[in-house]
Parts: sequence; C-alpha cells; structure tokens
Amino acid sequence: MTPTLQIFLIVSAALFCVGLLAALSRRHAIFILIGIEMMLAAANLNFIAFWRFSPEPHQPTGVMVAIFSIAIAAAEAAVGLALVISVYRHYRTTNVDQFDQLKG
Amino acid sequence: MSWITINLWLIPAVPVAISLGILSLAKSRRKSAAGLAVIGQVIALVLSIAAFLETLQAPGFRAVQNFTWFTFGDTELRIGWVLDPLAAAMLVMIALVGLCIFIFSVGYMADDKNFTRFFAYLSFFSGAMLGVVIANSLLLLFVFWELVGLASYLLIGFWIGRPSAAAAAKKAFITTRIGDMGFFLGILWLYHSSGTLLFYDDGNGCLESAGLAMLGASATFIALLIFCGAIGKSGQFPLHVWLPDAMEGPTPVSALIHAATMVAAGVFLVARVYPLFSFGAIHGVTPSLTVVVWIGVTTALMAALIAIAQADIKRILAYSTVSQLGLMMVSLGVGGVAAGIMHLLAHGFFKALLFLGAGSVIHGCHHEQDIRKMGGLRRLMPVTFLTYAVGMMALSGVPLFFSGGWTKEEILHSTAHWPKSHVPHYLLLAGVVLTALYMTRQIIYVFFGKSRAAFEHAHESPSVMTTPLVVLALCAIVFSVVLTPAWPWLHGYLGGEPAQFDITRLIQPMFFVSLMLVAAGIGIGVLLYHRAGVQDRNRPAETDPLEYMQPGLFRFLENKMWLDELYDRTVIAFAAISARVSDWMDRYVWDGLVRALGSLGQLFGIFTRDVDERGINAGVDETMTGTRGLGRVISSWHSGQIQTYLGVVAIGMLALLLLYAWLV
Repeated sequence: MTPTLQIFLIVSAALFCVGLLAALSRRHAIFILIGIEMMLAAANLNFIAFWRFSPEPHQPTGVMVAIFSIAIAAAEAAVGLALVISVYRHYRTTNVDQFDQLKG
Repeated sequence: MSWITINLWLIPAVPVAISLGILSLAKSRRKSAAGLAVIGQVIALVLSIAAFLETLQAPGFRAVQNFTWFTFGDTELRIGWVLDPLAAAMLVMIALVGLCIFIFSVGYMADDKNFTRFFAYLSFFSGAMLGVVIANSLLLLFVFWELVGLASYLLIGFWIGRPSAAAAAKKAFITTRIGDMGFFLGILWLYHSSGTLLFYDDGNGCLESAGLAMLGASATFIALLIFCGAIGKSGQFPLHVWLPDAMEGPTPVSALIHAATMVAAGVFLVARVYPLFSFGAIHGVTPSLTVVVWIGVTTALMAALIAIAQADIKRILAYSTVSQLGLMMVSLGVGGVAAGIMHLLAHGFFKALLFLGAGSVIHGCHHEQDIRKMGGLRRLMPVTFLTYAVGMMALSGVPLFFSGGWTKEEILHSTAHWPKSHVPHYLLLAGVVLTALYMTRQIIYVFFGKSRAAFEHAHESPSVMTTPLVVLALCAIVFSVVLTPAWPWLHGYLGGEPAQFDITRLIQPMFFVSLMLVAAGIGIGVLLYHRAGVQDRNRPAETDPLEYMQPGLFRFLENKMWLDELYDRTVIAFAAISARVSDWMDRYVWDGLVRALGSLGQLFGIFTRDVDERGINAGVDETMTGTRGLGRVISSWHSGQIQTYLGVVAIGMLALLLLYAWLV
C-alpha cells in the first residue's frame, strides 16, 4: 500500500483528537500537558506530510519548521512542568478541578 | 557759560539734600539739625549771590541750560533752568530772607520737641521755592510749585496735635489745589498748542516769539488758566481764604510763607510767563491782564478792609499780605512788571521782618496773639519795637527812607497810566490809606499805651531772634537805595536797561500823593486808636473804637466779610451734598446693580449645580451601575476551570472549521 497524503492526515487528525480528548477530560495536570504535546505532535506530522507531498520535496523546508516546532514544544513542556510543580507546591495537589482562583 | 549757570541746580538741591539729611538725624540732635539747615541756607545764599553777580555782566543777561529729561517714542521731554535778572533777584531775596528766618527759628522754636523735623521742613520749603525760581520749564516749575505746596502743608500743620492746625493745613492744601487744577490744565493746553514747555530755548521756547505765534488766540485762555494757579498760591480773591488760616503754623513758617516762599510763587509765576499774558496786547491791554488787574484790585481792597477789624496780631499781617499781593498783581496787570517784582522783593524783606517781629512779641508774651491784650510793649521790647516800626512804615509806604514807599509809589504810577480805566488806581489809593490805618492800629495796640493783660513780665527776645530782625530792618531801609526814581537801578536791572542817575526825578507828583495818603492813614489811625484799650466816655476798654462807632460794619469786617461762611454754605455745602449723593448712588444704585449682576451669576450657579447633580451626575451613576451589573454577569461565566476554557476554545475552533467548510 503506497502511502498517500490522506492516510497521514487521518492519522494526524486522530492523534489530535486523542490529544484534545486527553486535555479536556483528564483531571491530572501532567496528563493535560501530555495531551497538549500530542496535539503538537499531530501538527508536526501535518507539516511533514504536507512537505513530503508538496511539489518541491527536495528542499528541507518542512523538516526545518518541524524541528523548530519540536524545540518550541520542548521549551513549552519545560515551562508547563515548572508551572505544574509550582502549582503543586502551592495547592498540594495537581487536580485541575481544584484550581478555581480565576473564577469570576 | 560760567560755572554758576551750569550748576544753578545746586541752589535748590543743597537745601533739599540737607533737609533729607536732617530728617535722618535723631530727634535729640537739635544743634546739628539747626546748624545744618543754616549752613545749607548760607550755601544757597552764596551761590545765589554768585548767580546774581553773573547777571550783572550785561543788561538783559539770560543764560539757559536745557537737557532731555526722558524720551517717550520720538518725543523728548526737556527741562532746564534759566538765569536772568528776575530769577537772580528772587534767588537772593529768598535765600537772604530764608536765612534770617532760619536763624530766628533757632530761638523761637527752642522749646519745641520736634525741633529737628521743623528745620528739615524749613530747608525743604526754601529749596522747593528756589527751584520754582530757576525752572526754565513750566513742568519743572509745576513740580517745584507742588513741592512748595507740600512743604507749606507740612509746616502749617506742624503742630499736628492742634485740630485747628490740621484743619488749616488741609484748607491751605485743598484751596491751592483748586487753583493748581487750572494751572495744570493750562500747562496741558500750552503743551498741546506749542509742543514745548520750555520758557527759553534758543527762540523755540513757549515764551519766545516763535512759540507765542503758534499759540495764537489760545494764549489768553492758557494765561488765564495759569493765573488760576497764581490765584491759589498767592492768596488772591476768591481763593485767599487759606492764607489767614495758615497762621496756625509756627510764626517763622508764617514769615516764610508770607515773605519769601509760598505766596511769592504766584506773583513770580505771572511775571515769569508774562509774555503769555501780554501776547497780542493793544496799548498794553489784553483780556487776561485785565482779569489780573481786577482780581488784584478786589483782593487788595478787600483784604485791607478786613485787616482793620482783626484782633490777632498775625491775622492782621496775613490780610496785609493778601492785600499787598493784590497790589503786586495789579502792577503786573497794568504792565508794571518791574514795579510788581520790586514790590515783591521789598515786601519779602519787610513782611518777613514784621512776621518775625510778631513772632518775637508772641514769644515775649508767652504765646498770646490777641493785640487787645497787649500794649505798652515799647519799653519792654525795645529792639522788637524799633524794627517793627521800620517794617510798619515800609509796609505803609512811608516815602523816602523805606523800600515799600518807593515800590508802592511806582505801582501807583503805573496804574495811573493804565489806558483802560482809572478805577483801579483810585481803589489802590484808598488801599494805601487803609494799609497805613491798620498798621497804625496794630502798632498802637501792641506797643503803646499801658499793658492791659498780665504781661508785665514780657521780655525782650534773645539775640538769636533780634539779630535777624535788625538785619531785615536794615535790608528794608537799605534796599530802598536801588529803588528810587532818581537811580532806578533795580528797575533797569529787571527791565534789561542800564539805569541813569538823575536827582531831579526823585520827587514826582506821585511822591506827594502817596505821602499825603500815608499821612492821612496814619493820622486817622492815631486819632481813632490813640485811646484804644483805655476806658473812654461810654466805651468799655475792650471794645474797639471802630466797633463802638460802626458795630455793623465792624462785625462784617471782623468776620472776614462772611466769606468763609459763604464758602461753607455754598461750595463746601455743595461738595458735601454731592458727596452724600455720590455715596447714596454708590450704595444703592451702583451697588444694587453689582449685586443684581452678582445674584444673576449666583442663579446661574444654582442652575448649573442642579444640572450637574441631577442630569450629568445621575447619568454617569446610571452608566456605572449598568456596567457593574454587566461585569457581574460576565464574570459569573468564568468558572476558573482550565478545562472549561480549553473546551470553549476547542468548540470555537470546530465552529470556525465548520464555517470554513460551509463557505468553501
């Protein structure tokens, strides 16, 4: 079976939906972060797929964007984890249901 | 230009500067105050004599020093000083008489606690008057003129504690101010018409032919306005009322005012701006000069009549001054400028002598001024009596040896030739008789007979007071040498022509006329008053012989012809009423208007406040409440749950995607 753009897009959409579901439904902050990372991964997969099936796949533009995106995701994960630790220290919990200080 | 003409300003400046210096002295430095004042006067006298000698160089000498005072726009205001025979003669007279009065004051004011202040004012007075004399600009003259007025105000009211002195000072100041108003208007008109206020300016001055030609017909009105100032200052009818009241000041001040400074200024002013008066004259008569003559005649006769019925030794002299000033004005008016000025100079000497003599009498009688209470002072105060007699004869116009006789004769001579009317001449002849009469009355009351009140202890004054009397008496006699028709040196000097000696002119018809008139005056006086103050057949001792004979007439004269009362009822009453009306207008009309305007503003204020509170404020409040409620609703949407937000974002994204799909 020759790989086509549609297959990649379907996989990527599935991955995104899984990530979104995780981010929306899990109560643990770490899992929400993991869901966000999964959505980012889906986006990266899209980039690579669109690059690969573009009219000019010889130049490494898609790869470059993906690498940048991964780097940013890493940084974001670091910040996110630091936030989680700091929130945990404050509330002694990582259950996001109990973080309601922004309530209007 | 010699040194003295360039530095003529020093003559008034020295006494004024010294006056300021004395003011800064401590009250206890009496000797230095008097010393400084006398030294200042001596310096002024020396400089004046130097100036006088300078004018002897040539007949009609005139040196002018002009400079720019300040510039506004392209207009320069120039002032300066002038040295001519008129100024020089006045300078010497003022400085000399002033010096005698200063020295006399050292004795007279010895017990006064404001001794230093007195000498400061005296110096200031003398300096201001010297300034009037040398001014070559009507504006500068006016400045000094007002300074003279200020000094007279300060000195007449010197004994501030006395209400009468304060009132007299105020009266003098306000009355002269009425005349000065006219004077100032005249100055403005003159400046408007001729563009210059300089008297002499190389042919461009307002008294020189070019300047006069620019004035044309307005010269008459300008001259009359300027004459208003002279009427006020020289105590001419109808503004003479302040002069007798000015007797409230210390006697040396009266002497200074009446002889050398204040009142001489008016006559001097007319003489100084004489070209304005005589401009366009036909046979020496102009409308303005005619006014001068009639005012002078009225004053001379009226004051002489009033003087007969006065009881205060100084008041008699005051009215005699008013009368003599009227005489000088007549002389100026009929064209006898030199005669008028000569009489002014001679009068300066003998009137200062008379006033200082009166001061000496008052001092000796422990400040009693009523002549009816004196008497017999001849033996107690011999020096005062002799010098007073000299002054009296000079004032009465006794011919031959006394200066006043010659000048009076000359004035009568010039009035006799006035083409317009002979009435002034005859009225002045009557005035001469009256003058001799009231002076005889005064001298009999004061010095002859028996001492009436408790003045057996009257004493002769100290030599510091009698010496000036002797000097002035000598002046009054010696001065006549240059006045005689045989050698009319002063006449020639003032008129700018050399005098010839001719003994045949000494005795002229007018000489006999005036001799007879004076003899008549003195004779009537002796007849009337030789038993004054003594119990007569039916007449009590304290009643005046004239009062006994003519009570109604006497009362009329004693009360100064009711002129003060007339002014009280008319001018002053009018002023009081208009003040009250203005006050009422101010209080009720203008104030009401202002108040009405104010309440209009207040009303508007209340209105805007209501609009603000009920309209704008309420609107803003309402908006605020609404915004707050909306905020409360919206804020309740925020659960604070991250995942709710995330879900909203996801739904939003989905909605956008669906919208995109639907659109594409």
